[in-house]
Amino acid sequence: MKKFKFPMRYVPISATILVFFIVYLIGIISFENFGSSKVFLDLFVDNAYLGIAAIGTALVILTGGIDLSVGSIIAFTSILIAKMIASGSNALVAIALALVIGILFGMLQGWLIHCFSLPPFLVTLAGMFFIRGCGFIVSEESIGIKNDPVFNFIQNDLTIKLGKGMNLRFIVIVYIVVLVAAIFFSQRTRSGRSIYAIGDNELAATLMGIPVGRTKIMTYTIAGFCSALAGVVYAIYLKAGNPLNCVGLEMDAIAAVVIGGTLLTGGVGYVFGSLFGVLVLGLIQTLIVFDGRINSWWTRIIVGLLVLAFIFMQNLITKISKSKSKSQ
Amino acid sequence: MNKTSNKFRHLVWPLVSLALLLLFNAIFTDNFFKIEIKKQDSAQAPSVPGNPPASGTSWITPESYENVSDPTEAAAKAAAEEVEAAKQTVKESAGQQAVPEKKDDKGVSIFGYYLYGTPIDILNQGSKVMVLAIGMTLVIATGGIDISVGAVMAIAGAIAALLISMLDAGTCIGAGMGPSVYWIIPVLAALVLATIAGFWNGMLVAGFGIQPMVATLVLMVAGRGVAQLITDGQIITFDNPGLVFLCNGHALFLPFSVWIVVAMYVIFGLLTRKTAFGLFIESVGNNERASRYAGIEARRIKWLTYVICGFCAGMAGLLAASNIKCADSNNAGLNLELDAILATVIGGTSMAGGRFFLSGSLVGAILIQTLTTTMYMKNVSPAIVAVPKAMVVIIVCLLQSPVFRAKVLSIFASKAAKGGVQ
Repeated sequence: MKKFKFPMRYVPISATILVFFIVYLIGIISFENFGSSKVFLDLFVDNAYLGIAAIGTALVILTGGIDLSVGSIIAFTSILIAKMIASGSNALVAIALALVIGILFGMLQGWLIHCFSLPPFLVTLAGMFFIRGCGFIVSEESIGIKNDPVFNFIQNDLTIKLGKGMNLRFIVIVYIVVLVAAIFFSQRTRSGRSIYAIGDNELAATLMGIPVGRTKIMTYTIAGFCSALAGVVYAIYLKAGNPLNCVGLEMDAIAAVVIGGTLLTGGVGYVFGSLFGVLVLGLIQTLIVFDGRINSWWTRIIVGLLVLAFIFMQNLITKISKSKSKSQ
Repeated sequence: MNKTSNKFRHLVWPLVSLALLLLFNAIFTDNFFKIEIKKQDSAQAPSVPGNPPASGTSWITPESYENVSDPTEAAAKAAAEEVEAAKQTVKESAGQQAVPEKKDDKGVSIFGYYLYGTPIDILNQGSKVMVLAIGMTLVIATGGIDISVGAVMAIAGAIAALLISMLDAGTCIGAGMGPSVYWIIPVLAALVLATIAGFWNGMLVAGFGIQPMVATLVLMVAGRGVAQLITDGQIITFDNPGLVFLCNGHALFLPFSVWIVVAMYVIFGLLTRKTAFGLFIESVGNNERASRYAGIEARRIKWLTYVICGFCAGMAGLLAASNIKCADSNNAGLNLELDAILATVIGGTSMAGGRFFLSGSLVGAILIQTLTTTMYMKNVSPAIVAVPKAMVVIIVCLLQSPVFRAKVLSIFASKAAKGGVQ
């Protein structure tokens, strides 16, 4: 037994990947065509916005905070873009404005959290109410995006053709690019490592001379940007904006991050895990759609149970590693 | 003197905000404080639970009220006000995503008379958050949090609606007791189930040592699924007079829901302040390990607060279902956990745990509801109400934040110092 040394920190993420493959295998065995590459690609297309949102959430959770404003920012961004395009402005301007608003909003939240040491839970909760209301101020009804040259260009030309009718759509490319950038940022840059240090022990990080305030505000800014980008992707995906969209999406994002092996107390986990967290959520949904007999509310129950299982596993690992360090 | 002022210090900011809001209403909203005494239509007056009003058709026309408070007032004016009030009712319910038949459509009142007006309506509509906030305050006082109360509300409403529909159809034990008695079964079942949900949360938090936010996230995600499983995805409607009475009936001049809040407040107020339980909670919230060394069963105390929170959520779920006469698993209690947490924090309870104020939480809940009602009366769309709500929350939190106070004080101090130098 002693010879086999699998690092403890890789256990949760390996478990996530294992769960993903098990669910995928169940799907392939139960349904023909489940294994087709089309289904696999659609998994990414349907969940690209959730994935991008989960990246921001993962970074915030790694600092030991939480961001509840994700779903509302997505709804606000999508309705803002749809409204601006409907009233005749350029789609690129609308997208840029939406991203800037997301960044500024994230920065404001981070500033309130750090400078006045308010609980992140409360600030982002208020932010969630605020930005959702702002979405309703923009428009109370759903607005479609029709015949916009930029959106048509994105839809038709910005796809990588893989042959056999398989297309890698633009939103999937965006997701993968952001994911790779976030993984690089969190693993290989000074600021990224600071996030882990703060999440592990904020006081220790401060004493080490890590710029805690700057890093925290930056993380919430990145989260705001990710949410806004998810909103842009959502607008492209649906070709519409609706202020009612994505109610409770922040909880899906948090669930994806937890299933992806990140500890909610912060400091432990990988941004990469959120990819598999999102994919597992998407797979469960796809399975239920394929089956057709199971009611959709089982999704929520299964996701809840999965979250529970991963929490138990994390707890166990923490306890084991603690007792190990004590015995040493 | 000093002691009493310290005792009520936490109530200052919420009460000041509430007073400002009420002042705003007194100046800018007509008839905001107008409270009338209404008398039930004589034909319907004796209909205590047991005499079910014909469902949906029991709207009492404005003419059937006897305006006791101001008999000299012209009847036409009174009728006009009634229409105004009815409009507000509709607006209110639109905001709560409810069916528009809401406030005055019950033929149930114990003594025939009841008070009627916007402040009373605020109390009635705020009762759900007030009940939730009582349980939430105790949980937050131990340094925890329960974000599953909205889902537990949905579960409680679902089981109550399911049982009452089964009882009405006679397919459940106890149907022989008649509709005037058997409504107690779904009420008890809902409370028991919600308490079990709280027990589950407590088990995860206190039993297995999982962080409260994460542990209750599980039930928050899965709870609505469970509620939909109970109702089979349907929205079950009911018109059992007893169950409807909970949030629509009146007793002793006030809506019955207000008396439920008062009862819960008295029970848990006595439990926490007249026994050592409250002290134990604060001690666990302050320092769990130290209190364990001091001989306090820290785990049991924490566990119990989650059980109480579940019970409160069940009661709130019953009120929510009773209010709109149906159980909507998707929307019942949606985002109410956030309102409950806000009410608690506005009331001066620290999110870090260690001290709590039940009365403050109630004031916080009333503040939130007053703000909402004010917005509706000013013709603000229910969806946009969230914006000022969020701002109030941030402002109140900033005012309570010691860091913010210190910074503001230092600005004043530096200005004063500069003035002194010059």
